[in-house]
Amino acid sequence: MFGKLTWAAVPFDQPIPLFAGAIVIVVILGVLAFITIKGWIPYLWSEWITSVDHKRIGIMYVTLAAVMLLRGFIDAIMMRSQQAIAFQSQGYLPPEHYNQIFSAHGTIMIFFVAMPFVIGLMNFVLPLQLGVRDVAFPTLNSVSFWLTATGVLLVNISLVVGEFSRTGWLPFPPLSELTYSPGVGVDYYLWGVQISGVGTLMTGVNFVTTILKIHAPGMTYMRMPVFCWTALATNLLIVAAFPVLTATLAMLTLDRYLGFHFFTNEAGGNMMMFMNLIWIWGHPEVYILVLPAFGVFSEVVSTFSRKPLFGYRSMVMATMAICLISFTVWLHHFFTMGAGPNVNAVFGIASMIIAVPTGVKIFNWLFTMYGGRIVYATPMLWSIGFMVTFVIGGLTGVLVAVVPADFMLHNSLFQVAHFHNVIIGGVLFGMFAGYTFWFPKAFGFRLHEGWGKAAFWCWFFGFYLAFMPLYVVGLMGMTRRMQHYDVPEWHPWLLVAELGAVVVLAGILCQVMQLVVSIRHREELRDVTGDPWMGRSLEWSTASPPPAFNFAVLPVVEGRDDYWRRARLAERGLGPTVEPVYKAIEMPRNSPTGFICAFFASFGGFGMIWQIWWLVIVALVGAFVTFVVFAWRDRTEYEIPAEEVARIDRANRQARGEALVRAEALS
Amino acid sequence: MTAFQAGADYGGGRREEARGPAAIVLDHSHPASKRIIVGYGFWIFLLSDIIMFSAFFATYAVLSGETAGGPSGKDLFDLHNVAIETGCLLLSSFTCGLAAIGARAHNGPMYYGGMAATCVLGLGFLAIEIHEFVGMIDQGAGPTRSAFLSAFFTLVGCHGVHVTLGTLWLLTMIAQVFAKGYRADILRRVLCFALFWHTLDIIWVAIFTVVYLLGAGS
Amino acid sequence: MSSIDDYEPLRGADHAPGDEPAGGREVLEGVLGYLVGLALAILLTAVSFFLAGTWLVWRPSIPIALVVLAIAQIGVHLVFFLHITTGPDNVNNVLALAFGVLIVMLIMVGSLWIMSNMNNNMTPMHMQMGQSAVWFMVA
Repeated sequence: MFGKLTWAAVPFDQPIPLFAGAIVIVVILGVLAFITIKGWIPYLWSEWITSVDHKRIGIMYVTLAAVMLLRGFIDAIMMRSQQAIAFQSQGYLPPEHYNQIFSAHGTIMIFFVAMPFVIGLMNFVLPLQLGVRDVAFPTLNSVSFWLTATGVLLVNISLVVGEFSRTGWLPFPPLSELTYSPGVGVDYYLWGVQISGVGTLMTGVNFVTTILKIHAPGMTYMRMPVFCWTALATNLLIVAAFPVLTATLAMLTLDRYLGFHFFTNEAGGNMMMFMNLIWIWGHPEVYILVLPAFGVFSEVVSTFSRKPLFGYRSMVMATMAICLISFTVWLHHFFTMGAGPNVNAVFGIASMIIAVPTGVKIFNWLFTMYGGRIVYATPMLWSIGFMVTFVIGGLTGVLVAVVPADFMLHNSLFQVAHFHNVIIGGVLFGMFAGYTFWFPKAFGFRLHEGWGKAAFWCWFFGFYLAFMPLYVVGLMGMTRRMQHYDVPEWHPWLLVAELGAVVVLAGILCQVMQLVVSIRHREELRDVTGDPWMGRSLEWSTASPPPAFNFAVLPVVEGRDDYWRRARLAERGLGPTVEPVYKAIEMPRNSPTGFICAFFASFGGFGMIWQIWWLVIVALVGAFVTFVVFAWRDRTEYEIPAEEVARIDRANRQARGEALVRAEALS
Repeated sequence: MTAFQAGADYGGGRREEARGPAAIVLDHSHPASKRIIVGYGFWIFLLSDIIMFSAFFATYAVLSGETAGGPSGKDLFDLHNVAIETGCLLLSSFTCGLAAIGARAHNGPMYYGGMAATCVLGLGFLAIEIHEFVGMIDQGAGPTRSAFLSAFFTLVGCHGVHVTLGTLWLLTMIAQVFAKGYRADILRRVLCFALFWHTLDIIWVAIFTVVYLLGAGS
Repeated sequence: MSSIDDYEPLRGADHAPGDEPAGGREVLEGVLGYLVGLALAILLTAVSFFLAGTWLVWRPSIPIALVVLAIAQIGVHLVFFLHITTGPDNVNNVLALAFGVLIVMLIMVGSLWIMSNMNNNMTPMHMQMGQSAVWFMVA
C-alpha cells in the first residue's frame, strides 16, 4: 500500500536530524497558523500563489532562495565545525550522516539557492528593462516556479522521512547505483532535481523567447541593457544544457528502478559516460549561475559610477563568447579520469581561453568606474568586493586548467576553495548586489544602508577567512569531503576556516537584521519616485512597486540608457508637456495551474521515491487533467480600464514632479 | 514650470502610436504577434528536446558495442518492420501537413481527415514498435541484458513515448477544434502540434539511420 | 499583454517557425509543397534502405553515405514540412536551429572522441567498443 515507506523511515534514533526536523516542522506550522489566524490565506492565494505576474514570481523565487540559503549554510557550518574538531577524533557527525550533509549542502546551494536566486532576479527585472508588460508565457512562468518549489519540498522532506543521498551533489556511479546506494537517498535527489530541472528548462524557453521577441518599440537588440544580454546568454545555456541533465539523470533512474545497465559495473555499463554527460551539463550550469551576476554588476557599476557602461559592444561580444565557449570546456572536470594528453590539452587550452572574455568584462567595469563619480552604496560595495574576489577565484581556475597541476589538485580542498571563490565571490555577491539594488523597486522602500554595509564586510572578511586556508590545506594534500583526519599541519588552518564560517554567519545575521529593520522603518526608507539610485534603464521609470501592467504606455526607446537621458531632460524642465493617451490594458489572468501541477508533481515524486505506484498513477493522471483543464479555458485575460491606468500613472508622475520641485528648492 | 512638466514623462516618451502593418519594419524593436511568440517559443523547446535526444544518441553510440556477450543489433533488427514504421511516420508527417493547411483554411474535412489519418498512422507505428520490443524481451534481449540494449530501448523508447504523448495531444486538438472552433489560440496550438509531429519524424530519420541501418548492416 | 493582430502575417515581419508561407496561398499550392517533400523523403529513405543491404557499393563508404542521406532527408523535412527557409523573415528561426545543431554536434562528437580516447586507455581486460561504433571514432 505504501511501497517501501514504513515508520522506520523517520530518524527517531538519530538526534541531529530529528531535532532539526522537529524545529523545521514547528516553524512551518507556526507560520501557517499565523497566516491563517491573520486571515491572509485568501490574499496569498489570489495575489501570490496563483499569480502569473513576473514581478511576484520573481519575488517568490528570491524568497525561496533566501530561505534555502539558511538551510545550506547550516549544512556548511556543520561541516566546518566537524572538520575543525575531527583531528585525530571522530568529531560529532558519524560518516553516514556527514556524507549526507555535504551532499545536501551542494545540492541545495546549487539547485535551490543559486538557481532560484538568479532566475528570480531575471524574472523580476527582464520585462521591466525591456519595456514590456510580462514575459512570453506567464502561466508557464508560474509552473516553473512551483516545480522548483516541489524540488525544494522533496529534498527537505528527506530530512525527516528517509535519508538524503550520500554521493555528493552529483551522483557519480557506481556509488549512486542501487548496489552501493540501496536506500532512498539518491532517489530523493534524482526526483527533486529532475522535477525542478523541468521547471528551469521551461524558464529558459520562456526567457529566450521574451528577450528575442518582446521588446518595447524602438528597443533594438543593441539598445538592450547588458543585463538583458547576459540573461539571453544564460537562458540559451539553460535551453542547451538542461536537457542533457534530464537525460543523464533519467538514465541513472532507469538503472536504479528497472535494472538497466547504463552506468553499472556489470553487463557493459560505462560509468565514465555518466561523468562525461553530467559535466556537459555541469559546466554550462556554472556559467548559467555567473552570467546574470555579471549582468547585475554591469547595471550596478554604471549606475553608481554615474557613467554609461564602458565598451557596450565588447561586453555583448564577451557575453556571447562566454556562452559559446562554455560548451567546449567540460572535460576539465575530469582531467584525471584517463583521457589521453591530446584530449586533455584541447580542453585545458579551451578552459584558459574562456578566461579572456571574462577579463574583458572586468576591464570594462574598471574603465566604467575610472573617471566616474562613484557612490559607495551597498550594491557598489558588493560589486567591488566581487571584482577582487572573483579575479582571485578565476586565477586559481586558470591554474587548475593546467592539466599537470590539476592532477595534483583534483578533488583536493584547493578545488573546493576555487569553486567557492568564484561562486560566492561571483554569483552570491552578484545576487546580494542585485537584491539590494532592486529591492526598492520590488517593495517600495530601500534596505537599511548601515546593516547592508555591515553584512557586506562580514561576508567579505568571513569569506577570505573561511576559504583562503582551504587553498593552503589543499596544496598540502588534504582531500575534499573528509570526515576526519590525523595530519597535524592541517588543523590550525581548518580552525581559521571555522572562524571564517562564524564571521559569515554574522554577515547572514546582519542581512536578516537589515530586512527586519528596513521593514520597521519603511516609511523613512520609502522610495517615492521610483528611482532611488538615479538609474539608467527603463525599470526606474516605473513606480515602486510597479503596477501590474508595468508601463501605462509602452516607452518608445531612442537609444541605450534611454531612461537616463529622459530623466536628465525632465530635471531641466525639457520633458514632453502633454500627457500620453491612456488605453485599456489586457493582462493575463492569474491561474492555479502552476500550484496544482506542483501539487501533483510532489506526490508523484514522493510516490516514485518510495515506490508507491498507485500514488504515481494518480499524480500523472492529475497532472494531465490539470493540463487539459487549463487548455480548455475561454477567458485568459482581464482588462484594466483606461481610467485606472491613467489614475495610477498620474500618481507616479505627480510624485516625481513633487520630488523634482523639492530637489530644486533644496539646491 | 508646472508640476506636470516637471513630472514629465519618465515612462512614456512619445505616445505609442497605432502602427499599421506598413509601419512595422523588419527589426525586432517591437513586441511580436502572439502567433510568432508562441511558435518561436515552441521551436526553442523543440530544440531543447532534440538536444535531450542527442544525449541519448551519444550514449547509444558509446555503448553500442557493449553487448555483454549477448545479442547485438545485427542479431535483433528486422529491417522490414523498420521500413514499415518509417513509412507510417513519414506518411503521417504528410497528413499532418494537410491537417495544418486545413486548420489554416478553416476547412473541416481537411483538418479532421488529416488529423485522423495522422492518428491512425501514428498508432500503427506504435503498434509495430511495441510488438518489436515485446519480441526482443521475450527472446531474452530486454533492456536489462546489456548496456547496448539499455541504450537501444531508452533511445528508441523515448521516441516512442514522444509519439504516444503526441497522439494524446492530437486527440486533444481534435476535441478542442470540435468544441471551440478555429479560435486563434487553438490554431496556435495546432501550429505547435504540427511542429512537434514533424520533429518526431526528423528524429526518426536519425534513429533508423544510426540505430537500425548502421546497426543491422555491418 | 496587448499584441498585434494574430493570424495575418505582417508584411516584412518575422515568421513563426512551421507556419505556412505568408499571404493567401492556395490550399492546392500548400498540398503540392507537402507532396514534393513526401516524394523526396520517400526517395531518400528507399535509397538508404537499399544501400544498407547492398553489396553493389564499396562497404566502408556506406556509413558516411547513410549519414549524408539522413542529413539530406532532415533538410527536406525542414524545408518542405517545417517551411524553414533562408529568407530574412526566418533569420531568428534559422539562428536558433543553427545553435541547436551546434550543441548537438558538440555533444555527439565530443562524447565519442572523449569516450573512445578513455576506452583506449583502459587496461586490455575491458571489452573494446564494438564494430558499429568504430565508424564514429575520430582520431
